[in-house]
Amino acid sequence: MRRHRQRPSRTSALPYALVLPTLAFVAAFTLWPSVRVVFDSLFTQNQAVQTPVFTGVGNYASLLHDAGFRQVIVNTLFYAGVTVPVSVVLALLLGLELDRPLRAVGLHRLAFFHPTILPMVSAATIWLFMYAPGYGLVNVFLGNFGVGSQNWLGDPQLALPALMVVGIWKQTGYFMLFYLAGLQGLPREVFDAAHIDGASRLQTLRYLTVPLLRGTTLFVTTIAVVDAFQTVDQIYIMTGGGPTNATSMLLFDVWQTLFSFLDIGRASAMSVILIVALLVFSIANFASVERRATDE
Amino acid sequence: MSSRRRPRSLLAWVGGIAFSAAGLAWAIPMIWTLAVSLHPADEPLSASNLWAGSHPTLDNYRQAFDIAPFARYYLNTILIVAGILCVQLVTITLAGYAFARYRFPFQNVLLFLILAQLMVPSSALIVPNYTTVRQLHLFDTLLAVMLPYFGSAFGVFLVRQTFKTVPRALDDAARVDGAGWIRTLWHVYLPPARPALIAFAISSISFHWNDFLWPLVVTNSEASRPLTVGLAVFTQLGEIGAQWPLVTAGTVIVVGPLLVLFLIFQRQFVDSFLHSGLK
Repeated sequence: MRRHRQRPSRTSALPYALVLPTLAFVAAFTLWPSVRVVFDSLFTQNQAVQTPVFTGVGNYASLLHDAGFRQVIVNTLFYAGVTVPVSVVLALLLGLELDRPLRAVGLHRLAFFHPTILPMVSAATIWLFMYAPGYGLVNVFLGNFGVGSQNWLGDPQLALPALMVVGIWKQTGYFMLFYLAGLQGLPREVFDAAHIDGASRLQTLRYLTVPLLRGTTLFVTTIAVVDAFQTVDQIYIMTGGGPTNATSMLLFDVWQTLFSFLDIGRASAMSVILIVALLVFSIANFASVERRATDE
Repeated sequence: MSSRRRPRSLLAWVGGIAFSAAGLAWAIPMIWTLAVSLHPADEPLSASNLWAGSHPTLDNYRQAFDIAPFARYYLNTILIVAGILCVQLVTITLAGYAFARYRFPFQNVLLFLILAQLMVPSSALIVPNYTTVRQLHLFDTLLAVMLPYFGSAFGVFLVRQTFKTVPRALDDAARVDGAGWIRTLWHVYLPPARPALIAFAISSISFHWNDFLWPLVVTNSEASRPLTVGLAVFTQLGEIGAQWPLVTAGTVIVVGPLLVLFLIFQRQFVDSFLHSGLK
């Protein structure tokens, strides 16, 4: 006991020393940059104006008045608005199907899950090829149904939906995993009771499975949204934001503004917008983790 | 399980068939990529000659290795991923231990500051971090790719939660036996934390192996470029053009080892992915 009480005073500097390395790296590459990016967003600093000039909310105002940037926001929201619900619902359906006694479970799981472990860059390269005009498999396959060859990535109407397919293909297996884990944690007795009461499969799904998996759905949806807002790799590989800005999204625009236009002030303002959007969802994410923890 | 086995309805049959069809659709891009990477260069790809061609060959791989320094890219990726992981394991273990077992002033403030990292994804900070890397004269170095990831809030949180489950009595017993904090940490805390640390390691490795935007921003030569950026550069080389057999070979060079590792360690991958919802 004596020892126990002695420890805090004897080692008072130790815990700080233990925390210091982590704190230093987090401070240098997360905390300080978070402050700095807000600060930089209030200045004009680009190739023409080498020394930063204070402009207040000038960068934000010019972004809001820029039709190109509004298009980027719309693209990002549209991309998230389609890929998130589609991949989450698909993940639930696949999870349900995989949770049943089934032939070749391992093979199916592998088919749906393998895109998750690939770098997005390679997935995008594969799909660049899938979409190739003429002999790309997408065109060859649709050709069987009489659909003429499309230039998927070159058509402003088709390019963004084409990118969405890649995102869904890549992410669904990851979300499926959470549903599988969630399904395996559900209380069997409730389902037995429902079965005895003569509930149909669809009724069970609607009134039992889906409500019981609400925590998982919330969690998965939040990661899906946060990921969708950070979509960039496949844009870089597949379209470069084109044709005519049709596939540019927030993070890609940040990168382009920084490296093609060397406009630090504007890129910082865009980053702040991205951070605020993500912060809202991260807080929701954190809340859902807490919830998941208390559910268990 | 048995309670769920009931006569399969028509709906279930349709569902099962749709499921298998979807599985096939999901697998085809990868299978096609593998097939086309073996397609001989002297046979043009066309709608009627879409797969591996009449005499499959490994020439595309040889040529891909000749054109791009994939071996060097591999080395860079391995160094980056291993470097990040080694530093992370040390930093998260130390900080996790402090937060799990010591009480000290400002403890909660410090923990909150670290956990703030979970709220702001690093990709949103590429602009200021790029400036920092420039100012430190680290642009185009492996260290620049690793640096922002040396501190991991997720890791600290995970280690803290794991260490908290270690009975205090074990800690006290070790101290009574004269062990200092390092030996106590090593012999009492780390052994039961192994599964959590392995899960963390796998998710760290797969995240950084696949990372693209940050290395794209801070590298500019083959000496520091990881595989992901290397592949992007390779596919965009003028001389590659639309030579798909070459492009697919390059892709397989990048993903092949990952797929093999995944097949061997499927269980561990799946577990660690489930734990890594927070990165």
